[in-house]
Amino acid sequence: MDTLVLLTLTGLGLGALYFLIASGLALIFGLMDVLNFAHGAFLTVSAYAAWQVLDSVGGMPGLLLALLVGTSTGLLLAVVVEFALIRRLYGRPRDQILVTVGLSLAIPALVQSAWSADARSFPVPDALDGTVTLAGAQVPVNRLVLIAGAVLVLVGVQLFLTRTRYGLIVRAGVEDRAMVTALGVDVTRAFTLVFALGGALAGLAGVLGGLYFGSVSPHQGTSLLIFAFVVVIIGGLHSMPGVALSALTVGLTQQYANYYLGGYGDLAVVVLLALVVLARPTGSGTSPVDRIRRRLESPRAAPVESVLPTGGTP
Amino acid sequence: MSPRDRTGPRDRTGPRDRTGPRDRTDSGAGMGSAPATVLSVRDLHVEIGGSRILQGVTFDTAPGGVTALLGRNGVGKTTTVRAVLGLLPDGGRITGGAVTLDGADVTAEPTHRTVRRGIGYAPEDRGVFTRLTVAENLALAERPGGAHHYDLVHDLFPELLARRAQLAGTLSGGQQQMVAIARTLLNDNRLVIADEPTKGLAPRVVTEVAEVLERAAARVPLLLVEQNLAVVRRLATHAAVLDAGRVVHGGDAASLLADRELTTGLLGVGSRAPSGRASAPRGDDVLGGAH
Repeated sequence: MDTLVLLTLTGLGLGALYFLIASGLALIFGLMDVLNFAHGAFLTVSAYAAWQVLDSVGGMPGLLLALLVGTSTGLLLAVVVEFALIRRLYGRPRDQILVTVGLSLAIPALVQSAWSADARSFPVPDALDGTVTLAGAQVPVNRLVLIAGAVLVLVGVQLFLTRTRYGLIVRAGVEDRAMVTALGVDVTRAFTLVFALGGALAGLAGVLGGLYFGSVSPHQGTSLLIFAFVVVIIGGLHSMPGVALSALTVGLTQQYANYYLGGYGDLAVVVLLALVVLARPTGSGTSPVDRIRRRLESPRAAPVESVLPTGGTP
Repeated sequence: MSPRDRTGPRDRTGPRDRTGPRDRTDSGAGMGSAPATVLSVRDLHVEIGGSRILQGVTFDTAPGGVTALLGRNGVGKTTTVRAVLGLLPDGGRITGGAVTLDGADVTAEPTHRTVRRGIGYAPEDRGVFTRLTVAENLALAERPGGAHHYDLVHDLFPELLARRAQLAGTLSGGQQQMVAIARTLLNDNRLVIADEPTKGLAPRVVTEVAEVLERAAARVPLLLVEQNLAVVRRLATHAAVLDAGRVVHGGDAASLLADRELTTGLLGVGSRAPSGRASAPRGDDVLGGAH
């Protein structure tokens, strides 16, 4: 029983980490149609920035400062990338992918050249380094910190989406971005805001990921990004609670499979993804897979009828 | 004589203010430019996916009344509207010509800026955000810095007030069309563009939509893309007819609709002689298909 409790809470902690990464990814892809493969690199840089701060300051004050610095690093990096590169490539999905994939390779390589390929021990404050007893299981405190962090982010993002005008623009833009502009709304501001928010969440995930794994490494973000993409594809783009539920499902599946199936957690996640994609009706045009397929179709090569969004008279 | 070669009747003053597009064909001179023209489209060329969809569209909308943009399926009506608003799909681009709104060139302007100059747009597919509530759909259309005419919207569409908390995706087609039209009336606009607002609606709802548009047209000029000829007959004061990506006839709507040869040749229908502009819309009185 205590093993199941431990596995469950650890899986929830992992799911919380996935949610922090996937939430920004879903917002960016949902509104902007940008598959941001550099999202993991934002996480990595933020994690190293946080590690530097914690290494210098230490303790809980150091962690609080690291959270601030890590989140700000992700935010600033995202704003710079959006402003300098992504903004010039709207409507060019293949170029966007090339650029973000390039960043996802180049940034970790730069980190590696600066701090070496070896993982660096993340100096977890003593208060968060121990365990607490829950239902008979010794649960690491950092798992609970991640869960709490994810809940706070979920509530915050939901409030942003449902109580603010920019949130309204984002929700509408996920459904029909062109129509939002046809109402006189400048969506490029929303783009920058969402990209910045996504970067900040990646930064936060970088810091909390350091707590979870107890270390940072140049390719940590890239590895986590794969699972975040899985979460987005399973959870969809229209509901942040849906993304959260998907993240928890992926985290728990991975954790249970790793323990009960002898280390096949990653494979179990891939099987889960395949089952969801196969079971989900295609052609609705709203699922992430449909969106990706549509974005990658070359508009110039497509017949006229297929590039007219309304499908009516040209 | 092919429809493209036709020269329509001169613009005449009708029962209402008829100061809309003057009669010209697409010979290049356009349809004239009255000083009070709201929207002016000149020699507009558009390519989509390498295909030339518009090949020199020229027309004006009047400062009052309803200008109907007519033509068979596939002649470029929706593409014209989308080009005016900068909403061409990926792979689409304006290759020539100009669009001016109140004299300002908006041809290459971002969509949101053109719209903020004072355009309300109800697209062909209604463009309602199905996952937002009715109230949120309307709130999204609010433009900062201007008055928002919720009193007018609630007067015209009392049902929307009752359904303000309902998800727009759960509304009927007619109710969604009401949301789309309501959004165009929320702000002080110079022009409302309605693209096939009666498409796919039941005859009773078509009548309701026509009534609303008629009331709306009393407040703001309307550019109406419409296949339902009865609705056109009821609402339009002026008309521009497209064929193969060009305007082939323009002028007084009543004259066009009264001319059986013109409506047959240009629109593909055997039009009845109009017995007055208040004739009720009929669902089967629609323009012809692509030829």
